Parts: sequence; C-alpha cells; structure tokens
Amino acid sequence: MKLKVLVCIKQVPDTNNVKIDKETGTLIRKGIKSILNPEDKNALEEALRLKDEIGDVFITVLSMGPNQASVVVKEAIAMGADRGILLSDRNFAGSDTWATSAILSSAINKIKEEDGLDLIFCGRQAIDGDTAQVGPQIAQHLKLPVISYVEELKYSENKVLVKRAIEDGHYIVECPTPVLLTAVKQLNTPRYPNMKRIFETFGENPERPIETWTAEDISLAKENMGLNGSPTRVKKIFTPSRKFEGEFLQGNLKEVARQLIVRLKERQII
Amino acid sequence: MAKSEKIIDKNIDISNYKGVWVIAEQRNSEVLNVAKELIGEARKLAKSVGSEVTAVLLGNKMDKWAEELIKYGADKVVYAEHKLLEVYTTDAYAKVIFELITSRNPEIVIFGATTIGRELAPTLSAKINTGLTADCTRLEIDLENSNLLQTRPAFGGNIMATIVCPNHRPQMCTVRPGVMEKSQYDESRSAKDKIEKITPTLSDNDIRAKVLKVEKGNMPEVALEEAPIIVSGGRGLGDAEGFKLIKKLADKLGGVVGSSRACVDCEWIDMAHQVGQTGKTVRPKLYVACGISGAIQHLAGMSDSECIVAINKNPEAPIFKIAHYGIVGDLYKVIPEILTALDNVEDILQAFKKLS
Repeated sequence: MKLKVLVCIKQVPDTNNVKIDKETGTLIRKGIKSILNPEDKNALEEALRLKDEIGDVFITVLSMGPNQASVVVKEAIAMGADRGILLSDRNFAGSDTWATSAILSSAINKIKEEDGLDLIFCGRQAIDGDTAQVGPQIAQHLKLPVISYVEELKYSENKVLVKRAIEDGHYIVECPTPVLLTAVKQLNTPRYPNMKRIFETFGENPERPIETWTAEDISLAKENMGLNGSPTRVKKIFTPSRKFEGEFLQGNLKEVARQLIVRLKERQII
Repeated sequence: MAKSEKIIDKNIDISNYKGVWVIAEQRNSEVLNVAKELIGEARKLAKSVGSEVTAVLLGNKMDKWAEELIKYGADKVVYAEHKLLEVYTTDAYAKVIFELITSRNPEIVIFGATTIGRELAPTLSAKINTGLTADCTRLEIDLENSNLLQTRPAFGGNIMATIVCPNHRPQMCTVRPGVMEKSQYDESRSAKDKIEKITPTLSDNDIRAKVLKVEKGNMPEVALEEAPIIVSGGRGLGDAEGFKLIKKLADKLGGVVGSSRACVDCEWIDMAHQVGQTGKTVRPKLYVACGISGAIQHLAGMSDSECIVAINKNPEAPIFKIAHYGIVGDLYKVIPEILTALDNVEDILQAFKKLS
C-alpha cells in the first residue's frame, strides 16, 4: 500500500539578512530574498527520506501565498515531491495563524478525502513569524494527533516512533497514523534539488505542473478566511526604541579593563 | 467538512469571560520557573481588569506544589490530578484544559512559551477557536476596552508587533521564560480553601501520541535564564576555539556562557547556549557581549539585562547602542586584560581611590 504524505511549506523573506532603515527605523523590504522556510525544508527532506527508504511513497506539497510563492512549490518538486498545490486567493490575505491553519486544513481535508493521507509534515516554525502555531492548529482542525519538535522519526506499518525534543532532553513518542509532525533542523540535512528536475520543473511544459487552488476549491466559509476571519489583529508595529546612551571606555586596553572593573564594583556586580 | 462550513462564531458576549489564568507547567512533578514568572505578570493584569489569578496545574501527587502556587501569588489554584497527567501528552492535557476553559470562561489564559507550551497552546486555540499570540515579551491591558495588548518580536526579531484579540475569548498567549519577573514568594499566604482539586475523566484511549520514555538529555546544564552573569560570544570569535576564552571569563566572573545565533548556526556551540529571538530570553545582572554585532534578533533576548558590557572591533556595531559600557577593540586582546584586572581587583580599587 502506497504511503501518502503531505508536506506544508511556506515562502518566507530571508530574515537573517534584514536591514533597518536608519532614518525611519523601519524595515527595508526591498531586495530581501524570498526562500523556502528552512524547517519546512527539513519537513520535506524527511518525506523524501521515507520515499528513498520505503519506495512506495507519494508526496504532495501544499503552500499558501501569493502567486510568486509557486517558486517554493516548484523547488519542492525539484527536490523530489510528486505533486504541488498552491493555495492562492485574495480572500486568504491577512490571515492570522488560526485562519491560515483553517484554510490549510480545509485543503488538506479535500486531499485526504480524495486520496487518503498517512503523514502530514510541517516545519516547526517559519522564520518570519516564529510562532510555531500553524502545525499544531492544523492537526487540531483535522482532529489528528500532533508531535512537534521532531528530531528523529521511524515509520513502521501505520505508526511512527518519534524522538521529540524538550528543553532538557527528549520524549520518545509512539503514535498511530495519520499524524501531524513538525520538523526541527536537527531532524536531517536537506538535499539539493536534482538538476534534471530543476530544468524540468521550471521549464515550459513541466511534467508536474503546479495546481493553484482558490477559496472556491475548499469548503471553508469565506468569513473564516483572511483578515476578517482572523481572531487576532495587529494593532501596532514598531521598531524597538533604544533611548539609552551608554559610555565608551577610553584609553589603552589595560586602562579600559581597569575602568570596567571599577564600574562593575560600583554597581556591586562583582 | 461540509461546503462553506463556518467554524468560528464572532458573536460571543465577551463580558461573560472573567479571570486571568496561568497554565502552570511542570516537569518531573516540579513546577517550572516560568510558571512563577507568569503568575507575577498575571497579578498585574488581574489588578488592572479587577479580577483574580487562577493557576491551573495538571499532574499527579503534586498537592504540595498546588499550595506553593498560592504562595507565589495565585489567588486560586485548580489542580487536576491524574496518573495520566504526570507526563505531558498533548491529547490528555488539551482535553482537560479545554474542558476547564469552556466550562469556566476565563478572560485571559497565559502559557509558558516552552517546547511544550508552544504545542499545547496552539492545539487549544484551534480546539476553542480563539486567537493566540506566541512568545510575548510584554503584556498590558488596554484601559479603553480591557483588551489584552500582546507585544512580541516579529520578522526574525527585527520589529515588534502588538497583537489584540478583540472579539474572541479567552485571549490566549505564550510568554517566553525569563521575560517576566516572578512575584515575591510569600510564606504567609494561606492556601486554605483556595485549592480546588479535581479528578478529570481520562483513559488510555484518550491519548493517541503516547510518551514511552522521557530521556534526560546530554545537553549541558546551562540554565541561562537563571544565571546572574552571562558572557556571550558572537561571530567575532572567528571559530569554535574562541569559546574557550569566553568560558574563562565566564568562570572567573562566576557566570555562564551564552552565544549569538551565528555561532550556533556555524555549530561552534550547542543551541542550549543561544540567546535571542530564537534562543533564550535573559535578564541577568551582567551581560558581556563579545564579538556580537547586535542584530535585533539577539537584542530581543538580552536588552533587559541590568548591565550590558559590549566588546567589539567595530565602533558602529548596534550592540553599543544598548550597552552601558562599550569597549572598542579586539576581544582576543581585551578579554585577557579583563582577566588580569579581575585578578587584581583590590589593587585597582585602591589605585582608583587614590586618584579620586
């Protein structure tokens, strides 16, 4: 029996290289590269690893975002996924994590009803929001069990054995499928896309064209989507203010070190 | 799902929701420090909305801890005791807390943003169908409408966002360990009649993802959040070897070693040492940043430190903007001088007194 795997992926700005406008204190969005979210890559890699190991595995990748997000879906196909779906609709815009997970799970439900699903992978969190909420929320919407922070996975006949990280160790967790798992970077090292598949996927007549689904393709009510369907609102965005003015310790390094000792002693730190 | 299924109801009467709840997380039947910090914060919030703080504890044979939570500042404790609650599982914990929340309607529910809280809270937000804000670093009440203002770093810590949940209840959030201040432990607070012990209905069948074993990690005991002094290294170290010097200074000062994300990404040091938006949030008495430029995502994790010393070659490095004492120079030259000076503290103070 074929193992059916779904991987949720997201296109994110590469926040590691974000610059702040010194004049206005705002984010410079221009010129920031968009990438496939790193831990989503680990999620996909784990599905691909299972495919290498078991053979009979069908991998669907699902993403939600504007049209340009199809690039990461293509990247996933170039890495080895079998089917790519992009959820894209104006009605989705402004969704918070609750609404995002509601939209994604509505789409997953459709895939599940058509073909069945055994495993759902998500990255633990996306680097633009860092919330780690969407994975567990999808699981709950679908009434599936969830295991997050997955560092090791073994699949064997209708169940998974997982090493789940906690702050000071691990839980060894066993769970029947279907189950949703969220991947952390310790799980594996993602492969590079295959050259042949890159040409094939990004070429003119791809063998596995990206399917685009809109709000009409899923069963979720429109009032539960987007900004209007989101329980939370962003009230304010600001750059952290740094009013504080410190002191540069001057002189040769020996003097500087001595001044520091005196200051720390005055503050009763040492 | 039926076509056009609506799963969230906007027209709830928010005035029916009262009280500030803290989900007091435990591991190995000991309540985590973050729970005590959350109670401290919840007290402030409860005061501004005129309600009470309830700590919710799930576990087994933890009566003593239920009493302790009162002494840490909770007005009430709901203690759900069950053998199956001894070790966390999402299924059992979500079931019990869901039943408590939906039958008692708290206005605010706060979780610790631990690896467990960050799984449990979103599961509950989808089960209850209400909003959730992750990893908050500041909570306040909007005095105009009593909404909870939840501020968190976003976009990799490059900006801060204040989030509200105006039409749904409870308002739920997770708060990172180390961010809020514990309220004073008060031995004299009596727990009499303040603890409600319940026995939830739970069976093995309720738990799908079963924990077979808890492994204590071989991670070094860093306990960054608890350390009064942290010496952190950044990309400026150049290589993993550089942490030896950082460790020397930390040992001399009686502190622990921290790190920026760059060093963890380069695998110079274990993730347990990472300070910042994706690492730990700390507020020690002294934070020494060595070779750390000060990306906002790092500052998000340490800018509340009481005293910040920055050592960096680049006088323009953003870390100097928040440092109390800045030293421009090569950390490999500066730190040895500091180490020498620390061997001669008395002499230095004497000499300084003579001068002044």
